[in-house]
Amino acid sequence: MISKKIVLHFPAGLINKPIISTLAREYKLEFNIMKALITPDEEGLMVIEISGDEKDFDKGIKYLGKEGVRIQSLSKDIKRNDTRCTNCGVCVTICPTQALVYDKETHEVHFYDTKCIACELCIKACPVRAMTVKF
Amino acid sequence: MPKTIAEINERIKNGKVVVVTAEEIIDIVEKVGVEEAARQVDVVTTGTFGPMCSSSVYLNTGQARPKIKFGGGKVTLNDVPAYTGFAAADILIGANALPESDPRNQVYPGEFNYGGGHVIEDLVAGRDLVLKAEAYGTDCYPRKKMETYINIRDINEAVLFNPRNAYQNYNCAVNLSDKIIYTYMGALKPRLGNANYCSAGQLSPLLNDPLYKTTGIGTKIFLGGGTGRIVWHGTQHNPVVKRKYNGVPSVPAGSIAVMGDLKKMSPEWLIGTSMQGYGVTLSVGIGVPIPILNEEICRYTAIKDEDIWTQVVDYSHSYPHGKPGSIAEVNYARLRSGEIKIHGKNVLTGSLSSYSRARKVAGILKDWIEKGKFFLDSSIAGLPDADSEYSCMPLKERAIMKKKKA
Repeated sequence: MISKKIVLHFPAGLINKPIISTLAREYKLEFNIMKALITPDEEGLMVIEISGDEKDFDKGIKYLGKEGVRIQSLSKDIKRNDTRCTNCGVCVTICPTQALVYDKETHEVHFYDTKCIACELCIKACPVRAMTVKF
Repeated sequence: MPKTIAEINERIKNGKVVVVTAEEIIDIVEKVGVEEAARQVDVVTTGTFGPMCSSSVYLNTGQARPKIKFGGGKVTLNDVPAYTGFAAADILIGANALPESDPRNQVYPGEFNYGGGHVIEDLVAGRDLVLKAEAYGTDCYPRKKMETYINIRDINEAVLFNPRNAYQNYNCAVNLSDKIIYTYMGALKPRLGNANYCSAGQLSPLLNDPLYKTTGIGTKIFLGGGTGRIVWHGTQHNPVVKRKYNGVPSVPAGSIAVMGDLKKMSPEWLIGTSMQGYGVTLSVGIGVPIPILNEEICRYTAIKDEDIWTQVVDYSHSYPHGKPGSIAEVNYARLRSGEIKIHGKNVLTGSLSSYSRARKVAGILKDWIEKGKFFLDSSIAGLPDADSEYSCMPLKERAIMKKKKA
């Protein structure tokens, strides 16, 4: 048995395909969807925990790759350079999981890294490039 | 009981001056009334910090030996092209300039990681810059090529010169189309997916002096962490617009041209900025002190976010085509709450201008005045005001006539 948390990126054309149910039916994998959303680019984004037999798991991952799903492990880390950040708040409407939140009292932007799914949308959206990705 | 700037400066000298920020004056006026507030308070400090595209630095590198004439040649700083239409050793770097090698929007949306704004930040931070020059060579300026490091501490002058800064109010940008768009107001998600605004509102310099009563040519200001002056009205200055009962414009209106000694400024307040899919720019910190000469001026400075309104504008169609039209009118208290309602839909709001930095600018300027490090200057001429006939015009395009062959 193996169990892993991964992030799946579905390109725009792929959203309507029954990919996850195929994963369950054909590859006998169990899954737990932790987060699923459509980004502004119309790309599907899913944080999912997949468990099953190791061989099935590998086959399932291969199937996903073949279908054009980009797979990313959750071990990526998004960090904020707090001295560079100006707390403008342009990132808060871009972040799909509310990991970046504007505080109405202090007028500062909080970054909750536990809510971050490393989708990286904030990296290029930040005008002063305060958000960085670490592998 | 009106005051004069000379009296206020005397109080600064004696350490008796009363300075409050444009946020603090709101509560004071509410508590003691405008008449008493005008008596108690001498100066209100304002602040703003946000991307301001019409910004630049001109500098004089000192003459090389043997001499080279930049004028009419080509110069880059860290590969970013500088303007060389001046004399031999003077160049100007604009905030929006991009290296020739930058792919722009060929890979859409472009990243715009380095350009003029970043050169200005590196320069003010005291980092070495690579200067490359090509010239045509003359009898008195024989050299045709040069490559060298330059550093702000070794060059003659480095002057921040911004033809249009500190806009008095700005649009709130949305996208009514079906696809995401990348604008100078940030990424705008389709179908009213978000709403981005850019003003310090109740802290903003020109919103606290909406009719330009004390702000004018010569006014000494906080600029980029140092001091500077307002030198002219800004380009596209547009004072004759729709204003509310309080004199505050509800559309983009006035602007100021500012300049100051870059050598005394700081990279904390001049930050190279990248707008995805749009280009590079410079985020600038500006603070203007407002002398409380009378009750009327005091009343203007007590303006609150909820009394400052702006227009929600569609950046997918009406803005790019220069079509007038506002989708809705909102105030800054609503915008800063994080969510507004447009066409019955709740829309999340994002800001490009940093309110917390604006607050810090107003606080620093207050501190400088209290400590006697900053004295006020009377402006020597006003900005074109709401009663003037000054206006901002669109370009009149005219077809170029083909010359007949002789």
